[in-house]
Amino acid sequence: MAITYQQDEKKRYTRRFFRQLPGRTALYTIMILLSLVFGLPLIWMISTSLKTGPEAFRVPPDFIPNPIVWMNYVNGLTYLPFIRYIFNTLVIAIPRILGAVAVSALVAYGFSRIEWDGRDTLFFICVATMVIPFAVTMIPLYLMFHHFGWVGTYLPLIVPSLFAEPYFIFLLRQFFMGIPQELSDAARVDGSSEFMIFWKIILPLSKPVLAVVALFQFMWTWGDYMGPLIYLNDPNKFTVTLGLYLFGNSWRGATLDRYTWFMAAITTMTLPVLIVFFLVQRTFIEGISLTGLKG
Amino acid sequence: MTTVIQKKRISWTPRRRKNLVKGLLFISPWLIGLLVFTIYPIGASLYYSFTQYDVVRPPIFIGIENYVDMLHDDVFVKSLYNTLYFAFLGIPGQLAIAFTLAVLLNQKMKLRSLFRALFYIPVLVPVVASAFIWHWLFNVRVGLLNYLLGLVGLGPYPWIADPTWAKPSLLMVHFWVCGGAVVIFLAALQDVPTSLYDAAKIDGANSWSQFWFVTLPLCTPAILFNSIMGVIETFQIFSIVWILTRGGPNNSTEFYVVYLYRNAFAYFKMGYASALAWILSLIILGCVFLLYRTSARWVFYGGEQY
Repeated sequence: MAITYQQDEKKRYTRRFFRQLPGRTALYTIMILLSLVFGLPLIWMISTSLKTGPEAFRVPPDFIPNPIVWMNYVNGLTYLPFIRYIFNTLVIAIPRILGAVAVSALVAYGFSRIEWDGRDTLFFICVATMVIPFAVTMIPLYLMFHHFGWVGTYLPLIVPSLFAEPYFIFLLRQFFMGIPQELSDAARVDGSSEFMIFWKIILPLSKPVLAVVALFQFMWTWGDYMGPLIYLNDPNKFTVTLGLYLFGNSWRGATLDRYTWFMAAITTMTLPVLIVFFLVQRTFIEGISLTGLKG
Repeated sequence: MTTVIQKKRISWTPRRRKNLVKGLLFISPWLIGLLVFTIYPIGASLYYSFTQYDVVRPPIFIGIENYVDMLHDDVFVKSLYNTLYFAFLGIPGQLAIAFTLAVLLNQKMKLRSLFRALFYIPVLVPVVASAFIWHWLFNVRVGLLNYLLGLVGLGPYPWIADPTWAKPSLLMVHFWVCGGAVVIFLAALQDVPTSLYDAAKIDGANSWSQFWFVTLPLCTPAILFNSIMGVIETFQIFSIVWILTRGGPNNSTEFYVVYLYRNAFAYFKMGYASALAWILSLIILGCVFLLYRTSARWVFYGGEQY
């Protein structure tokens, strides 16, 4: 009895497998083709970055470089002072990350863990400000920083993020709301101040989401082009993106090799973001999905 | 809502007052930031839009002249046309592509998170990098795109080197960066309760009508969200264009914010640029408002009750 049942089950499973086979094959074929289409630009970037100059410009092109020229990376990163650019970018990124993690968390705490009149109205305003086009605030902010004498320094890129950013407030608030209220109540009974509750209870419990916020901020600062373009004019103060931009526009009359150096520089500057993403993919995607669903 | 608040105000206990002070203290950094970096600039921008201001000399009030000038500014009209073209093709196109990819990712499959990551990667690549990569792909003579299309007997195409091809080329890059919308659509798809599909199957629905009557309605909030994001992004496209084409050839990719940036930081016409910014904001907020107002008719908020 039991045996026939198992055989039946097995037969049914096999039948289903074969019935689904064409569909499955089609699905995986489509997925692999699409991945190639979406991955092609980056594959091509890496491929070019390892070629000799003449090979990079050859038609028909090779996908696998022969020979593989690792020296492109050395030349690409020393042609312009990229170590300095990385350092400059970190000088901007670190305070921005601290601002995102500490200040935005503080504000998110005020919007989620304390009950007060007008809180939800103000939070609505906070979220609504995300829709304001940057084009409107860009010019007055530039003029304001110009007036302060900050143009040409990193301050315009750092200071605004020390006053909490709506996107992070939103993300952190969502997370804080999920922490049981009893934890705060118990601490209040013990006489803890609100700040101590924030510091000693809520923040330690929020490490995963704080990490996501820090990574978001890092990636945005690393890739930001328009901010540095507007505010930085001294090449010694350039960030990675401005360095690449300078490099990308500087090969008129250059050798073919320089192009492969440039691709090596681009690859190097793209990699940190990709590595960070693959390390924390799941939490990261959850963070993005959260915005869409609850927003 | 207002009545509730008024009712609450009657019992204004010390505890409530204390909480109010505490709450305001916690959010004070944001409040200060809002005043200094958002509200003041908005007011200032409105004022500047009525002035002639070259940064060196103080602003001179000229009334609505900047706004009148726009009507006679051919480049402005061109940039508006380019931007509308980009938005009207770019937003629905990206939504359709992102939704298709999300539906595919939502099928039962191995390596789903790897595929999802692959579609999301273009969003993460710094814009300077992706601009130059595409510049290389678009190369007319030795570019990979023309080579690959040549294999199937197409091309060569001029891509960003030609006024009629430049905008479609940029649209292609825009579609490549659709991963953000994919992730949000996928989350919405995964939130559709299986019980609804079971119920539909019992009612005899085939997979097409399941998609049409169950999946799609439950994804409308995500469609609304992605449309709003699309409006904000496409109307303000700048960095990728500035690096790839600088508005050329022949102003065919001179988009709104590109022209605005040029006025502000190349010509130092801060007043005119501010007026441009205000018109752009009105367009963007108008579109967002329109989407939001019509959303009652096509967005279905039923997810929670199941």
